[in-house]
Amino acid sequence: MEKFERILEERGLSEKATVNQVGCFGFCSQGPFVKIFPEDTLYRLVKLEDVEEIIEKDIVGGEVVERLLYVEPLTGEKVSKQDDINFYKKQRRVALRGCGVINPEDINEALGMGAFIGLKRALSMTPQEVIDEVLASGIRGRGGAGFPTGRKWQFAKNSVSDIKYVVCNGDEGDPGAFMDRSILEGNPLGVIEGMVIAGYAIGAQNGYFYVRAEYPTAVKRLRIAIAQAREIGLLGENIMGTGFSFDCHLRLGAGAFVCGEETALLNSIMGKRGMPRPRPPFPAVKGLWDQPTIVNNVETLACIPFILREGAEEFAKVGTERSKGTKVFALGGKVNNVGLVEVPMGTTLRELIYDIGGGIPGNKKFKAIQTGGPSGGCLTEEYLDEPIDFDNLVAKGSMMGSGGAIVMDEDNCMVEVAKFYMEFICDESCGKCTPCRIGTKRMLEILTKITEGNGTMEDLAALEELSQTVSTNSLCALGQTAANPINSTISHFRDEYIAHIVDKKCPAHVCKKLMQYVIDPEKCIGCGMCQRGCPASCITRTDYIAPKHKLASMKIDSSKCVKCGACISTCKFGAIEKR
Amino acid sequence: MAKINEAAKQQILEICNRYKDEPTPLIMILSDIQNEYGYIPLEVQEIVSKETGISVAEIYGVVTFYSFFSLTPKGKYVIGCCLGTACYVKGGQQVIDKFSEILGIAPGETTSDGLFTLDALRCIGACGIAPAITINGTVYPKMSVGQVPQVVAEYKAKEGVPA
Repeated sequence: MEKFERILEERGLSEKATVNQVGCFGFCSQGPFVKIFPEDTLYRLVKLEDVEEIIEKDIVGGEVVERLLYVEPLTGEKVSKQDDINFYKKQRRVALRGCGVINPEDINEALGMGAFIGLKRALSMTPQEVIDEVLASGIRGRGGAGFPTGRKWQFAKNSVSDIKYVVCNGDEGDPGAFMDRSILEGNPLGVIEGMVIAGYAIGAQNGYFYVRAEYPTAVKRLRIAIAQAREIGLLGENIMGTGFSFDCHLRLGAGAFVCGEETALLNSIMGKRGMPRPRPPFPAVKGLWDQPTIVNNVETLACIPFILREGAEEFAKVGTERSKGTKVFALGGKVNNVGLVEVPMGTTLRELIYDIGGGIPGNKKFKAIQTGGPSGGCLTEEYLDEPIDFDNLVAKGSMMGSGGAIVMDEDNCMVEVAKFYMEFICDESCGKCTPCRIGTKRMLEILTKITEGNGTMEDLAALEELSQTVSTNSLCALGQTAANPINSTISHFRDEYIAHIVDKKCPAHVCKKLMQYVIDPEKCIGCGMCQRGCPASCITRTDYIAPKHKLASMKIDSSKCVKCGACISTCKFGAIEKR
Repeated sequence: MAKINEAAKQQILEICNRYKDEPTPLIMILSDIQNEYGYIPLEVQEIVSKETGISVAEIYGVVTFYSFFSLTPKGKYVIGCCLGTACYVKGGQQVIDKFSEILGIAPGETTSDGLFTLDALRCIGACGIAPAITINGTVYPKMSVGQVPQVVAEYKAKEGVPA
C-alpha cells in the first residue's frame, strides 16, 4: 500500500488515483488483494514487485494485468471481476456488508454506504415497534445457540429498571472461526449501529464491547470508530436530536474460552474470574451489575442495521422456514478456497465446500466437515446435500455454533480430531462444576489411550457413558456440549475407533504409535537424501539393488524411528509411505 | 522474588489511578501491568490490592484464571504457535513440537537464558494462512517444520547468540 502511494506520487498520478485501505475480502487463501475501481478489477496474490506493473498497465494504460487475475480451480478460466468468481457468486452479504469495500477507519465512508440510516429509522419508531420489526425478521442469535434475538430484547425491555445494558459478545473463541474479527475489522460502525438500536429498543444507556485481546487490529479499529461516532454525535447525549442518549465502552478479554458464555462474560466485565453461573436469572433480568442486560454476538448486531434499514421482510426473504437471513462461515482446513463466506441459510454443505470452497486440494477424498467448533460435530458425505440451518444441523448431530467450518479429508484421523477438541475443552474448562472439570479430563485420558494403541472395547463403552454424564450434568454450555465431538465421531466413524482398538492401526496414518514409515525397495533409487535428513539416524542402506537402479535401496529401522516425517518430505521419488 | 523498585511502584500506582472512575477496573489494571512488565508477581498484586481495596486472594484468583496473565516473567521473544483447528489440521502440532525440540523447553516454559518463551495459542483467527505462529505479535504464515530452525536461528543471530 505504501509502495502504491509512493509511486503514484512520484509519477504525479495522485490526482487520478487514490489508495484506500479496506477490511478483509474474506478470501484468505488468495491474499493479498488489490482492487481497482471503477472497473472493479480484482488482483490476487499481489507482491511488492507487482505494484509498478499494475500502475503502469492498468491505471495508466487501462489494460488488465492478466497474470494477477484469479483462476477458477475447476475450469482454469481467468476472472477479472470479484462478483464473477464462483467463491463470491453464491454469497449474499448482510453481516459482512461494507467489509472489503470501505475504509474501516473513516466514518465518512461508512456513512456513504448507508450507515446509521437504520438507526435513524429506529429512532422514528417506538422501542416496541423496533422489537416487533426484529421479531418479524426472524433473526436468531449468530453466536451459536440460535435463540431468537427479538425475544431476548423483549425480555430485557419487559424488565423494569432505570439502568440497563447492551453487551456485544466479541469473545470469539471457537478455534477455526474468525467472522467476528473480520466484521469488527472491516465495518466496526455497523456493529456499533446495531448496538445503539438494541439500546434504544430495550431502554439501555450504555453498551459494552467485550473483545478478545488476541485481536489487536479489531480493537484498534473499534476504538477509532467509537471515537469518530462520538465526535459527530452518533454516540453520546441526545442522538440525532431525539433525546435518546447512549454510549459505548470497550473491554478486552484476557484469554479464557469460557468467557464466550454469557454469564461468564458478564463476570469478566465485572473484573472477576470468568466463570459461568446457573441461569435463571437470565441476564435479561439480572445481568451486568445486577441490571437487565442483553448479550448479543457481533454478527447478530451487524445484521440489525440491515433489518431496520431495509425492513424485516427483506431480511427474511432468504433462508429457511425457521432460520432466516444469511450466516457467515469461516471455511478452513482441507479446502481450496479458504476464507470467510456469507451465504443464505439453507445453502447445502456441498455448495459450501465445492461451489464456493472450490473442492479439496490434491484430489483427496472428502471425509467430514466439522461445524460448531468444540461444541459441534462432524458431518459426513451422506449429509452433503443437507441444507444448513440451526435446527437441521442439530438434528444431524452437529450444530451451527459460531460458524467455523473445517473440512477434513482422508488424511485426518477422526479419533485424533476428537482428542484434539477434548484437549481444548479440558484446558478451557473453568473448573467450577465437577462433571466438566473431571469428566473432560477422564475422556481425554481414554482418547489418549486409544490413540496410543492401548485402548480396549470397555474403554469405548466407558467413553460413551461418560459423555452422556458430562452432557446432562454440566452447568454451562461448554460442558453440556463438550462430548459432542466424541459422540459424532463415534457415531459416524465407529470403524476408525475399532481399528485403533482391535487392529491397533490408524487408518489415516496419523496416530504416531500406530503407524510406521516404510521404504519401498522397488521405488527407492538409493540416493540417500532421506538418510541425511533423518534426525534419529535410523535409516541405513540395504544390499538390495532394484532392477533398473544403480544403488542399493534404503531401509528404516522402525524401533528407532521418531516418526517426524522428515524423510517423506525429502524423498523426490515417492518411495516412502506411511503404513 | 525481586523487590519492586520505587519507579515501578509509582508506575503501578499510576496504572491503578487510570481506572479509578470505572466501577470494576481490576482486569483493565492487570492487563496494563502485564503489558508493561510482562508478568504480575505477588508483590505487585499486593500493591494493587492496597490501592483498589480488592483482596489479594481475589486478585490472585483472577491472575491465575486468565491465560494472558503470568506470575513469572516471559522471555524476550514469545513464540506463540497456533493450535486452532485449522492450524492443527494443517500440521500446527508438528511445528510446535519442533520448536520444543530445538529450544529444549515444553510449551508454557521459558529458556534458561530468558530469550524465548514457547506458548500454544488457541485460534488467533489466521485460519487462512494456517499453520500460523506469532513472535511478539508478528505473524508468520504457513509455517512448516523445515522453516522452524531458520526462524530460531534468525532471532538468535539478532541477539548475537551462537545458534
